[in-house]
Amino acid sequence: MFRSNVKNRLLVDKIMMGVVFACVITAITPLLWILGTLFYGGVEALSWEFLTQEPGAVGGGVPPAIGPAIQGTLIIIGLSSILGIPIGVMSGIYLAEFGGSWFSKQIRFFTDVFMEFPSIVLGVFAFLAIVLVLGHFSVWAGAFALSLIMFPIIARATEEALKMVPWSIREAGTALGLRKWIVTLRIVIPAAKNGIITGILLSVSRVGGETAPLIMTILGSSQFFGGLDSPMDALPLRIWRFSLQPYDEARLAGWGAALVLVITILAIHIGVRYWFIHRRKSIGMSPRFSKVGV
Amino acid sequence: MLKREFGKSRGRGPLSDKIFKIAVTVAGAYVLVVVLLMVFQLGLGSGPIWHEEGLGFIWGTDWNAVEGRESFGAFPYIIGTLVTATIAMAIGVPLSIGIAMFVLTAPKRIGEPLGYLVELIAAVPSVVFGLWGLYVFRIYFKDLIEQPLHNAFGDSIFLFSGTPFGLDVLSASIILAIMIIPTISAVSRDVMLAVPQQQKEAAYMLGSTTWEMFRLAVFPYSKAGLIGASILGLGRAIGETLAVTMMIGNATGFEAIPESLFAPSQTMPSIIANEFIEASPVSLHLPALLGIALVLLLVSMSINIVAHFLVIRMLKIKEGAINN
Repeated sequence: MFRSNVKNRLLVDKIMMGVVFACVITAITPLLWILGTLFYGGVEALSWEFLTQEPGAVGGGVPPAIGPAIQGTLIIIGLSSILGIPIGVMSGIYLAEFGGSWFSKQIRFFTDVFMEFPSIVLGVFAFLAIVLVLGHFSVWAGAFALSLIMFPIIARATEEALKMVPWSIREAGTALGLRKWIVTLRIVIPAAKNGIITGILLSVSRVGGETAPLIMTILGSSQFFGGLDSPMDALPLRIWRFSLQPYDEARLAGWGAALVLVITILAIHIGVRYWFIHRRKSIGMSPRFSKVGV
Repeated sequence: MLKREFGKSRGRGPLSDKIFKIAVTVAGAYVLVVVLLMVFQLGLGSGPIWHEEGLGFIWGTDWNAVEGRESFGAFPYIIGTLVTATIAMAIGVPLSIGIAMFVLTAPKRIGEPLGYLVELIAAVPSVVFGLWGLYVFRIYFKDLIEQPLHNAFGDSIFLFSGTPFGLDVLSASIILAIMIIPTISAVSRDVMLAVPQQQKEAAYMLGSTTWEMFRLAVFPYSKAGLIGASILGLGRAIGETLAVTMMIGNATGFEAIPESLFAPSQTMPSIIANEFIEASPVSLHLPALLGIALVLLLVSMSINIVAHFLVIRMLKIKEGAINN
């Protein structure tokens, strides 16, 4: 009696394997479709002028350029890194080195929850805290909003990286008579630096594509950077604005800009993953091996 | 033993160590301060609208920024958010769990690259999804799926009534579903991996096929975690801004309450994105948007807290199993 339904069960099993594989294909198809569309649609727009000039008047037959947008994205990423990395790394140190207490458990919990806050709400908060107070749109507001996105990611990555460093290292440092903070900053952090840099790069790639918090903080502009206290352009913001314009050139420019953005982000993402996998084999061994290679 | 003593301050350490501990603790507490400040600022800024309309703001359906006749209500956008998020979950959760199952059971050479491709979906910026949806996906979707559905069932099922233009609740929800798949499938995979090996082996020992092993050993055990993973996806879907803004058709006020799947609508993030810059702080418009932002924040926070509880409980079991 037990054997009589084996064929059916095996059939169901095979069907489920097919279903599950179909799920994967269904999910991957849009990704490949998007990448393909970006390449075919955007390659035409790419040129040196496109990447370095100001957009200029619309409707000229030539796709409006994204020079200020690229410059703006680089500036805003740099500024938000300056704001976000120190807090993130120190927070990660706190969670890893002082992490047993009830308070630190709450911090860890809220850091995780904070990572998933809607980014538009973070932008609104930066608007209220900085733009309204200053009275004008400001690059600082945008950088602050993006730093809020960055620091939890960096904090958790730092925590995981620090936890991977073997305890014997800290014990050795203490045994040499070094104070805790010296052991942490001069010995443990350099040992964990691969993981920390991974976290930083991943958060940078995440933040480079964020649009919503920038809408009400740096507003966007058609000119190159004009000071930290005025509106500035950024690549994702410009793409969105292109999509709102009905001209064919704007559409082409949108594809080109999106292509630039996605290539950069994917390069960072895949590069980090590759590097991390390469390193993964040496993390967990004794520290002298973690300096092998680049 | 030395582990706990390393972090514990016994009150007699060198001053520099104490300063260090205080500095990193402040950095850690930064997140709590920011959360509190956010809620406070949003509450303060949206004060005027609560003062004016009270809790009625939540179920009001007006959206009139004309001076003298100002009236705002968040209900259509709450509905829009709920509807798009629900449809996105209905599509995304089964796909994600299927993907997690595939990655867990497929041979590494196939499973790992495909699993990584799915994770890469999360790396694509929201605005690019919106761009593709707006210019490409919408055309195919309208012609191949929405129009036929409307022709076939438009009169009988209200869900398919309304001439489809491609920028509506359904297409926005589908883009949203694609975007939340990486989140749900990654967490689902961790959760299913956390099921103790003995449970899976016991199922195999009883002669079950792979699918039956999932049904018998993995799903009952990891139910809470899978629900937590799905709720995490829900949290993500609720807060997603740009792609939805570009795909949802941007209706306001009473018309934003979708009557069918093919009706344009608006979500809480999308109305904020669309109108925030032009909202005058002097009128009630900005406080109304801030009120929506506050509702969005509180809803999103609660959902994520619940989700994290469910997932952490599941993963702690794995930690406990390892430590034993």
